[in-house]
Amino acid sequence: MPVRSVLSNEMSEKIKAASRHTSRNEHLIFEKSSPGKRAFDLPPLDVPAADPKRALGEFHRGEGVQGFPEVSEIEVIRHFTRLSTWNYAIDLGMYPLGSCTMKYNPRVNEFVARLAGLATEHPYQPQELSQGCLRILSLLEKCLLEITGMEAITLQPAAGAQGELTGLLLVRAFHQKNGNPRNKVLIPDSAHGTNPATVVIAGYEVENIKSNAEGQVDIGKLREQVNENVAALMLTNPSTLGIFEQQIPEIAEILHSKGALLYMDGANMNALTGVTRPGRMGVDVMHLNLHKTFSTPHGGGGPGAGPVAIKKFLEPFLPVPVLVEKPAGTFALDFHRKESIGRVRAFGGNFGVLVRALAYILAYGPEVRQATEDAVLNANYIRKQLEGVFDLPYTRPSMHEVVFSDAIQKRHGVNTMDIAKRLIDYGFHPYTTAFPLIVPGALMIEPTESESKEECDYFIDAMKSIAEEAEKQPELVKTAPHTTRVRRLDEVGAARKPILRWKSPEKVSGATG
Amino acid sequence: MRYLPKSPTEREQMLAAIGAESIDELFASVPEAYRLKEPLELPGPLSEAEVIQYFQARASENSAGYTSFLGAGIYAHLRSVVTDTILQRGEFLTSYTPYQAEMAQGTLQAIFEFQTLMCQLTGQEVANASMYDGSTATTEAVLMAERVTGRQRVLVARSVHPEYRDVLRTYAKNSGLHLVEVPFTPSGTVDLNAVQSLVNDDVCAVVVQSPNFFGAIEKLDGLADLARNAGALLVVAITEALSLGLLKPPREADIVAMEGQSFGLAPSYGGPFVGVIASREKYVRQMPGRLAGQTTDQEGRRGFVLTLATREQHIRREKATSNICTNQALCALAATVHLSLLGKAGIREMAAQNLAKAQFALQELEKVPGVKRGFSAPFFNEFVLELPRSVRLVNAELLKSKIIGPYVLGAAYPELTKHALVCVTETIPRSEIERFATELKMALEVPV
Repeated sequence: MPVRSVLSNEMSEKIKAASRHTSRNEHLIFEKSSPGKRAFDLPPLDVPAADPKRALGEFHRGEGVQGFPEVSEIEVIRHFTRLSTWNYAIDLGMYPLGSCTMKYNPRVNEFVARLAGLATEHPYQPQELSQGCLRILSLLEKCLLEITGMEAITLQPAAGAQGELTGLLLVRAFHQKNGNPRNKVLIPDSAHGTNPATVVIAGYEVENIKSNAEGQVDIGKLREQVNENVAALMLTNPSTLGIFEQQIPEIAEILHSKGALLYMDGANMNALTGVTRPGRMGVDVMHLNLHKTFSTPHGGGGPGAGPVAIKKFLEPFLPVPVLVEKPAGTFALDFHRKESIGRVRAFGGNFGVLVRALAYILAYGPEVRQATEDAVLNANYIRKQLEGVFDLPYTRPSMHEVVFSDAIQKRHGVNTMDIAKRLIDYGFHPYTTAFPLIVPGALMIEPTESESKEECDYFIDAMKSIAEEAEKQPELVKTAPHTTRVRRLDEVGAARKPILRWKSPEKVSGATG
Repeated sequence: MRYLPKSPTEREQMLAAIGAESIDELFASVPEAYRLKEPLELPGPLSEAEVIQYFQARASENSAGYTSFLGAGIYAHLRSVVTDTILQRGEFLTSYTPYQAEMAQGTLQAIFEFQTLMCQLTGQEVANASMYDGSTATTEAVLMAERVTGRQRVLVARSVHPEYRDVLRTYAKNSGLHLVEVPFTPSGTVDLNAVQSLVNDDVCAVVVQSPNFFGAIEKLDGLADLARNAGALLVVAITEALSLGLLKPPREADIVAMEGQSFGLAPSYGGPFVGVIASREKYVRQMPGRLAGQTTDQEGRRGFVLTLATREQHIRREKATSNICTNQALCALAATVHLSLLGKAGIREMAAQNLAKAQFALQELEKVPGVKRGFSAPFFNEFVLELPRSVRLVNAELLKSKIIGPYVLGAAYPELTKHALVCVTETIPRSEIERFATELKMALEVPV
């Protein structure tokens, strides 16, 4: 009861970006089904029906798929519309998630990706009937090369993690050709989890390299650790702390002097586009996340795309097929690449995602630098206002993201997870909690350029208010969120006895079918 | 710029609040030598109308006006406009991965429904929230089998999609996996005798596809027995997911790796699609990728969370079951909506239409002099024809009549020099099937 009365005061006074609203209940689509309802009609069959028992024999599925939905069209619309209202989204407000770059997903991108003539094309159709698609891919390649300052590129990888794998396979192929594939890849302790996971899949061993006191690569340690067994260093720049790796020329030099390569994780490209180019900094191979820097929608977890840009010496190893421009100005796919690492996926790439990224680039043109500047401006504005309110473990200048820690709030028993959950009551999605690993109790905040000054101010007010609550009413923060549809879901229980699908009552009771 | 919510005044105010004279000060940490002095040389900026114009121009340079008989892993099926209506809701389109469950119950429940649908279709006990596509799902299934059995030899049927095998080869090179190819018989299906002689206790997985690349349906029980007796896992890949509307689910499989593109995703020149990995509950902790699990909140309400995350890269890092992070969530949602629309009766009816159209097409094409059926095994919506001359030459003729002819099998199977893979879905009108047969007859009469 005390919490409730405090809550109503909170809601009216301090929480400006959100208020409670009626939320509909909605069961699983299977629970709404009843036999005979249907949501879709096909045009009538214009050829003789085939007898499935004759055509398929023993392979014929005698009955319909048990438990499959049986609902009408309006029920489908209502079901998914209601579910959607339980989600937060960029279209509703800020996601201050560090290294996710949750920027506006332009709608024209959705429109062009769905155009007949683009959405309808099959990658095996004759290349002379695919010139439109190939021209799109070629232009995107050129734009991404211009942006990164690199020399060649593949658009095949389906996501950043797959881009990382592709990049490391290119590294391996290069070293193999030189007679020694090497066996280790250096990973900074501030790295994103996909980095070490990818290293293992590429057949390498992970060797961690500790960051120095400023959260940057420790040059002294790097010198000690780089030898002829090291294939590459995977570097995120700016780092996952949002800080530019100033010693990148030395880093490149140390690696190259021992024949090792510099891999750049391009997840934080939003701080660099139009301002500087990785190709100039000694980077040999890098990936981009089109669903981050290049505005393609996250869609609840994908699809993405992870193009890999390289220096020319790695070009022979690119995945097949490689896009080539013929003298007549037409485009073709080259499948005959003797030294290629092979394919990392079937077909050419997440074309629909690539179209969206190109649409984004065309909309901005050279003015894309302004987006980068606004992203860095927003992050620094937020940093300035929250410095002193939250502990800032690394004080070097921030670029597009800033990392605080919960050290001050911990004194009252409130940690970063609690603060994040309370932020939800204020109408925001949490920032990234507990990452990077080198900052205990991290609050990793990346506003992106899509946030107005007004939204930034709302966010700052919310964070300041929560800091005050942490001090004066810690229980309020520790038991948050208070205003969501469901509250503090039991994750331990979910993992202990996993229920990963719905089962029809007949199935549950053990009846066959 | 219309995507940037800042006025010049606001930028000045914010700089002042930071205590910086200019935005360049905020980039001081980038060494001077690296800072670009000139704008990037990029096309644009384009207004919305010009962006649309650019892509419409490209769209007109492709295959508009042609009828295609291509399948081979990507299938043209009817899609309801309702699917895009739902997908384009901002709350689905522009939402993040559901790590913060309280703010993502919509996404999480939809994933739970997707996982359920995939189990219902495949006859397996658990399915994950998606992989990139069928080819990487197949590879991840093999890596999963390696983890489960601790073995490194893999038997791969040659009748599995060539590009799926290419992907497996790429990943296998660096993981110590040893791939052994299993031939197919004259009926177009996997050679069981070969499997029998090749399988042993070093084998982690036997990988087949059904319907296979030739469209032929594989008998799985014999394969399952051979695998099980050797302690290996049976991995079944499926490229045409709609086949499960009429075909028995592959319950004999230990792991199913499926491409879900047929469920509401346009061909889109190769992607994005949706990979499915489904298996037995006992293997769930070796499964890659995300899993949505049911749970309750503090007040006993049902809710959903991502679960068993200790398998994944953000927790386990180098010990993760996979490096996958971003998957194909929105595509999985498309499949979920599509299947909810089709429903129990609709998926059966759509599959039945495919079966009927393909049977009709085979019948008409077999009437063309010199054209023979390539393989005898039962098929769903794809089958192989053997022509009296090079398929490439025939296809070149067919193009003149605005027909994109069948897939040339000789490229990936050098011994199948005059064989073509024909796909017929519910989207091809009878008149076009008949026209195809007519044009094929005429193409074969052209003097070589």
